[in-house]
Amino acid sequence: MVSNSAIQAAVVGIGQTKYQTKRGDVSIAGLVREAAINALQDADLTFEDIDAVVIGKAPDMFEGIVMPECYLTDALGCNGKPMFRVHTAGSVGGSTALVAASHVQSGTFKRVLTVTFEKQSESNAMWALSSPQPFAVHLNAGAGGYFAPIIREYIRRSGAPYDVGIKVAVKDRLHGARNPLAHLQLPDISMKEVEESMMLWDPIRFLESCPSSDGACAMVIVSEDLADASPKPPAWIRGCAMRSEPTMYAGREEVNPQAGRDCAADVYRQAGITNPRRDLDCAEVYVPFSWYEPMWLENLGFAEEGEGWKLTVAGATSLDEGGDIPWNCSGGVLSSNPIGASGMIRFAEAARQVRGDAGDHQVEGAKLALGHAYGGGAQFFAMWVVGAEKS
Amino acid sequence: MQKIAIVAYNQSKCLANAGGSNEVELIMPQLRAVFGQVGLNNSQDVDFVCSGSCDYLQGAAFAFVSGVDALGAVPPIKESHVEMDAAWALYESMLKIRMGQAESALIYGFGKSSPGELPIVLSQQLDPYYLAPQWVDTVSLAAMQARLMLDSGAISERDMAEVVARSRNNAMGNSLAQLASTVTADELLAEESYVSPLRKSDCCPISDGASAMIICTVGKAEEWGVPYAIISGIDHRIETHNLAMRDLTDSVSTRQAAAAAGAGQGPIDVAELYAPFSHQEIILSRALGLGAETDINPSGGVLAGNLMMASGLSRIGEVFNRIISGDAQRGIGHATSGPCLQHNLVAVLESEQCSARGNT
Repeated sequence: MVSNSAIQAAVVGIGQTKYQTKRGDVSIAGLVREAAINALQDADLTFEDIDAVVIGKAPDMFEGIVMPECYLTDALGCNGKPMFRVHTAGSVGGSTALVAASHVQSGTFKRVLTVTFEKQSESNAMWALSSPQPFAVHLNAGAGGYFAPIIREYIRRSGAPYDVGIKVAVKDRLHGARNPLAHLQLPDISMKEVEESMMLWDPIRFLESCPSSDGACAMVIVSEDLADASPKPPAWIRGCAMRSEPTMYAGREEVNPQAGRDCAADVYRQAGITNPRRDLDCAEVYVPFSWYEPMWLENLGFAEEGEGWKLTVAGATSLDEGGDIPWNCSGGVLSSNPIGASGMIRFAEAARQVRGDAGDHQVEGAKLALGHAYGGGAQFFAMWVVGAEKS
Repeated sequence: MQKIAIVAYNQSKCLANAGGSNEVELIMPQLRAVFGQVGLNNSQDVDFVCSGSCDYLQGAAFAFVSGVDALGAVPPIKESHVEMDAAWALYESMLKIRMGQAESALIYGFGKSSPGELPIVLSQQLDPYYLAPQWVDTVSLAAMQARLMLDSGAISERDMAEVVARSRNNAMGNSLAQLASTVTADELLAEESYVSPLRKSDCCPISDGASAMIICTVGKAEEWGVPYAIISGIDHRIETHNLAMRDLTDSVSTRQAAAAAGAGQGPIDVAELYAPFSHQEIILSRALGLGAETDINPSGGVLAGNLMMASGLSRIGEVFNRIISGDAQRGIGHATSGPCLQHNLVAVLESEQCSARGNT
């Protein structure tokens, strides 16, 4: 019988870089170190206090460094300590946080530093994703080309109005304008501007897509006794879950993947959540293309199947419209996308909310928040729920 | 802390070229074998799955995604992946069991190195600004390390040849090995040099293949009614990436990991060391303080066949095999990553009886 006998763990330090198109002023090592030091300062700790480091990033081919943890150990003060590298496709930022948490929840370590990054300006993601493979169908159109047909199928099934995606694109950029770290700063963005932007992969327009960013995100996760003694409020990890399914199989539900539904059910069970819209105060959800907000609202149980778009249209997910369940208050992936870090940013921003430390994008009184990441062909899922209180 | 047991292990043959077989076809037979050893059907029967592989070997981003096709992951499973040797996937799986999120886990590693030029591919593991642009390959780096050892008098070329001769002769008893023979050190010393001071025989071959393992709580192992070995300790440490700042004739991180894993708390009957170059086996066995009582690399080690991303897991699996067969009571499985043994993992395995004694 599997029990949840895990030791309690909490996030006591969060550090991010500014997200932007190109960070020409730092190397990759400099970028990860900047986020790590920000996280350590937030926790009032130094590299000497850390027991182990857990790194995650998207494919090595993005920057062209094989297993970059070997090179990054010096920048992260890890020499003489355990160094761990996670890679689970686009969900990697979330998975890395979960693996880092398990280093503490297993009772193996007391203080763990976890860092994720992508320096897209030193990479060519389109090239890395498009190398032809001898045994696989060749996908040349990038991630948008893969997801556009799935979005069209969602629109067909749900009968959602054509401008739901446009509304999400505006909403998340207005959120991003409250977050000084967000890559895209578009405080004056309008529905018209999004609608008139270039159609990339029908129905995904240019402004309905995530940007390509440089950046890193880091967290310090510690055991219960140390979290109790930490100088700033901890974000207690109330549930951790991951699920995977194959890219293709007969009868696969691609619009509303089973792996996502199962993962959400698992993490809600651990956190004692029975009605996510009511029980959670906010959510940071991996929405790289605008239409994935209504799709994930359904997949994650915030709305019945076919009804997710109604929450978006009603402003339920908007901080600016006073919605009851704000999604992606930081601006989300639509405002900043250092791929390997994007999942961890969701997890870290959820933690910032329950720590009451989210600045101008704070949801007032947030006590319980969801962090979510997905990857591959919407087949890998990682989620956590963090709370202001212990479980 | 909860005792964790290995209950099943299998490795493919080390093939110089697996030809048209893709990664899933390399993995599937190993999974089938380990499920069969325990009496399970597929990954639905374990609580967690973790794998180790490297995109660069396949030359594709997300190469590991196809590995999921080998699992029967419908309905969806709890699954994760490390871009490291699968020995680290074992490590992650143990954390999952320790924290109570799983009672059992399937671990697998796979690599098809033959299509690329592995030593050159791995040169891109180096610092991308200062070292990688020089394309220093792994054989050349290891040759410099061997030269340092020879020049300091730490070893002789005969010592290296004796490591290789023992590997080749041990591999005669290992039907999965790629290189096995009854060659002698004298015959090896007569061979021409490759990247001086290394002879070709001092370097591990390029191999294709996979290995898999199942671990679980001791309670689960007893429920399944299968023989098992206890993982009494596991730890891993990394050193600076700057080769000039390391003593390349020693392996400090191996010693640290061994101490933290409790390697010294009993006799070591067998040690399977991930030493891709002959002189590195000597560095590792000295760092671990191994003496004549320890049988080193009875499988032939990776000099007889090196499944990149699976060899570390296989070292642990080879020790498991010897404990289950009764040939050993206690042993060490070692894995390495990075240039010149930069990052090292040590797992200590004990027989059920040996583990019980340690507790009383």
